[in-house]
Amino acid sequence: MTQLAAAATLSAGTSTGEAFQFWVLGTFAVLGALCTVLMKKAVHSALCLAGTMIVLAIFYLANGAYFLGVVQIIVYTGAIMMLFLFVVMLVGVTAADSLKETIKGQRWLALLCGLGFGILLIAGIGNASLHHFNGLGKANAGGNVQGLAALLFTNYVFAFEITGALLITATLGAMVLTHRERTERARTQRELAEQRVREGKHLPPLPAPGVYARHNAVDIAGLLPDGTPSELTVNRTLRQRGQIRDVSAEALGDLKALEQRSAERLERPEEASK
Amino acid sequence: MNPVNYLYLAALLFTIGATGVLIRRNAIVVFMCVELMLNACNLAFVAFSRMHGNLDGQIIAFFTMVVAAAEVVVGLAIIVSLFRSRHSASVDDASLMKL
Amino acid sequence: MENLIALLVAAPLLGAAVLLCGGRRLDRVGHLLGTLLAAASFVIGVVLFADMLGKNADDRTFTQHLFSWIPVEGFQADVSFQLDQLSMTFVLLITGVGSLIHIYSIGYMEHDERRRRFFGYLNLFLAAMLLLVLADNYLLLYVGWEGVGLASYLLIGFWQHKPSAATAAKKAFLVNRVGDMGLSIAVMLMFTTFGTFAFGPVLKSAEEHLGGGATLTGIALMLLLAACGKSAQVPLQSWLGDAMEGPTPVSALIHAATMVTAGVYLIVRSGAVFNASPDAQLVVVVVGAVTLLFGAIVGCAKDDIKKALAGSTMSQIGYMVLAAGLGPIGYVFAIMHLVTHGFFKAGLFLGAGSVMHGMNDEVDMRKYGALRKYMPVTFVTFGLGYLAIIGFPGLSGFFSKDKIIEAAFAKGGTEGWILGSVALLGAAITAYYMTRVMIMTFFGEKRWQPDGEGHEPHPHESPKSMTIPMIVLAVGSVFAGGFFSIGDRFLHWLEPVTEHSHGNAPISATTVTAATMVVLVVGAGLAYLQYGRRPVPVVAPRGSLLTRAARRDLLQDDFNHVVLVRGGEHLTRSLVYVDHTLVDGVVNGTAASVGGLSGRLRKLQNGYARSYAVSMFGGAALIVAATLLMRAV
Repeated sequence: MTQLAAAATLSAGTSTGEAFQFWVLGTFAVLGALCTVLMKKAVHSALCLAGTMIVLAIFYLANGAYFLGVVQIIVYTGAIMMLFLFVVMLVGVTAADSLKETIKGQRWLALLCGLGFGILLIAGIGNASLHHFNGLGKANAGGNVQGLAALLFTNYVFAFEITGALLITATLGAMVLTHRERTERARTQRELAEQRVREGKHLPPLPAPGVYARHNAVDIAGLLPDGTPSELTVNRTLRQRGQIRDVSAEALGDLKALEQRSAERLERPEEASK
Repeated sequence: MNPVNYLYLAALLFTIGATGVLIRRNAIVVFMCVELMLNACNLAFVAFSRMHGNLDGQIIAFFTMVVAAAEVVVGLAIIVSLFRSRHSASVDDASLMKL
Repeated sequence: MENLIALLVAAPLLGAAVLLCGGRRLDRVGHLLGTLLAAASFVIGVVLFADMLGKNADDRTFTQHLFSWIPVEGFQADVSFQLDQLSMTFVLLITGVGSLIHIYSIGYMEHDERRRRFFGYLNLFLAAMLLLVLADNYLLLYVGWEGVGLASYLLIGFWQHKPSAATAAKKAFLVNRVGDMGLSIAVMLMFTTFGTFAFGPVLKSAEEHLGGGATLTGIALMLLLAACGKSAQVPLQSWLGDAMEGPTPVSALIHAATMVTAGVYLIVRSGAVFNASPDAQLVVVVVGAVTLLFGAIVGCAKDDIKKALAGSTMSQIGYMVLAAGLGPIGYVFAIMHLVTHGFFKAGLFLGAGSVMHGMNDEVDMRKYGALRKYMPVTFVTFGLGYLAIIGFPGLSGFFSKDKIIEAAFAKGGTEGWILGSVALLGAAITAYYMTRVMIMTFFGEKRWQPDGEGHEPHPHESPKSMTIPMIVLAVGSVFAGGFFSIGDRFLHWLEPVTEHSHGNAPISATTVTAATMVVLVVGAGLAYLQYGRRPVPVVAPRGSLLTRAARRDLLQDDFNHVVLVRGGEHLTRSLVYVDHTLVDGVVNGTAASVGGLSGRLRKLQNGYARSYAVSMFGGAALIVAATLLMRAV
């Protein structure tokens, strides 16, 4: 880290170390970005993105933006990506997206536009005369954080205040969006029980998952006495996602083998032949 | 090495992010791609800050981060409520603008 | 005194308004009110006439400015009247004969339950005709002109429960519209050429040949077209015969006093325009001569008494138009013949109506015969009218027609000989067909038979209200011509308005008169030989080709059908085809292409946010490209 920081303090040019770091980490960043786009599962995408962001944080540090580099790690990789993961969890971790395109021509158009845009951007940068780098030695002389603070609380103070207001508004907005207003009195336990009786639903507590204590994972349906699985034993979310694992075939096979063995032992051929 | 390479990298990341927005259907992944684009911009700002030798570029990047944070909060809330009502996070399912 | 002019028009107009708006309450007095107001108009006319006689010949033009009709910058239309000798003649004729026909109608329409309405229409007719002759500018004249057209439509179709009457009314109206179009074009041309409609300035400009010969000829020809429509001249003559579907008093009114005289009035009134254009005058005399023979030939072949008389009217109006086309030589005689014709033709029509009245509305002359014993008054009055129209010496027609024939010869040159001969031939044919009508109706054996329901007609004399007008008109038919001609009274009376010149007649007046007498005797004698000496067959013989053609009005309707109706249909069909293929094709093609394009564009709006994002991204790429390009340039 200190090496990196030292490399970044170089004012105008770049050291060989920084070049090496750029090529290696840059490759990782591009790979991470590509994986973000191409991974089937949202969780994998999120992890790849987090990796790219960490690489970017290192690049910030290398460019003399110490404060931003740290904030990038804390806020982006730490907070924002965690938020993403929370939502992915809410929506369904394992649900893989189909990457098959449904809109005709969309993929080709997107690739064409992306390619064209990228080429144009790179051509634009290549055309621009950007050979003279001043470096941040002078600006960071009094410390990067102090320098930023001086600017933030003088020149950019109004923008700063407004961004604060924006954050508050966003928080309220998120609350409003996700909050559901209760418009009636919550029903008591007694009322719920009475309703269950009236509707003739399952009265006793739902059966537990797991089969003969051999499988006790929550996604495995408990088996009924005849060996068929009972979906009641599995959480409703899992049921809706279709993430129930079925072990009934195994259990039925076990049952059959047991019956055969006991039939052989008890010398009951008519049973065994069955 | 010329620090202008950071700009090329930023352009590349931005383009990848934009293409991802266009290709992916899962709203969360789309959102991640948007974040990727914002980060690419931040990288460019930081590089420009170094080029000009002042901290204004970093300030802009800082604001971008704050706005991105606010955006993520609202956007994810939208995705959650969308999922709640439609049981799907696909952006194509919300094609109600069609005739 | 001049303030009375407006009353001339106002009286019958008031009658029409009251009778038509008054409702059934007026049923019992309506006819009396209408007659009274027509008579009132006549009395006013007489008072004005007396006043006019008291003045010098040059001060006899009265004008009355009523109000400014359309006071616009550069376009001044007034409602103002002009009463001069020419208008005065017409006013007396219209109101006089009109009043007599009103009186006659009281008896004739006695049993018609819509008599009040009939009198309302009659009054409207009079009002429109008076407005026409009293207007001091062409625009107001046009109002009266259209009013006459409307009233004639209403009256010809008065028995609209008969499909033939409704059709005839429509036909008259439509054919008249063609003429009206001519008049409106003429008025527009006048305005663009002279900047005014008033008679005075227009005629003065025409005398000075302002506006160029071609324009004047155009105006004159358009005026002639208008006159052809109203006066039933070839080629717009076809409505006249069918107009006999109206009640007989209407026929009398249309043929004698109003309507058909309007065209002659228009030509004489616009004399200066025609004088300025010899070409147009030539067309006028040709039209007059052709119509003269056309009407006479048709009149010879018709067995329907009213249609025979209608052909006669056409022929006589042809005489007038011929005279009017001769220019200053003939204007006075055209009007004189018009007045005498007004008397005897009204008398003949009323006589015919009287005959029909006694014969259960039978119109076929082959089923008349020997009626002189049953209807003595009708016989005598009709006979006097007959003698007048064929030009029996001493009676009205003798003087007026003779003058026209003289004037035709006086035109001079080959033209004069041709026109004079045609007029003489017309006189012979007139004598022939009128004698035929006379003999078939009043002489010979009785030929009427019981009709389909076994009712045998009982010919009887008509009531007093009908005979008295006939007697008055008969008196007019006998004496008017003589009264006018002796001492050239009528000539001196009209000369200040119409001017007069003596042509250079190649033959003397006495020769012409002698020739007229000869052809008269020949024509009448032929008819006597053909119809008087032999019994008239009840069923018409097949006849020669000309007879058969003449029975069908010389194929005028067939001509119109083939040329106008068929041609119009073909034109319409081809226009419809063009409209369907070309116009609709362009319109529909535009619509289809826009629709197709929209359908394709619509597919871009597929509702997928990602598609829209592609567009946005593509747009952003384009903007970047544009920026780079601009910088590169």
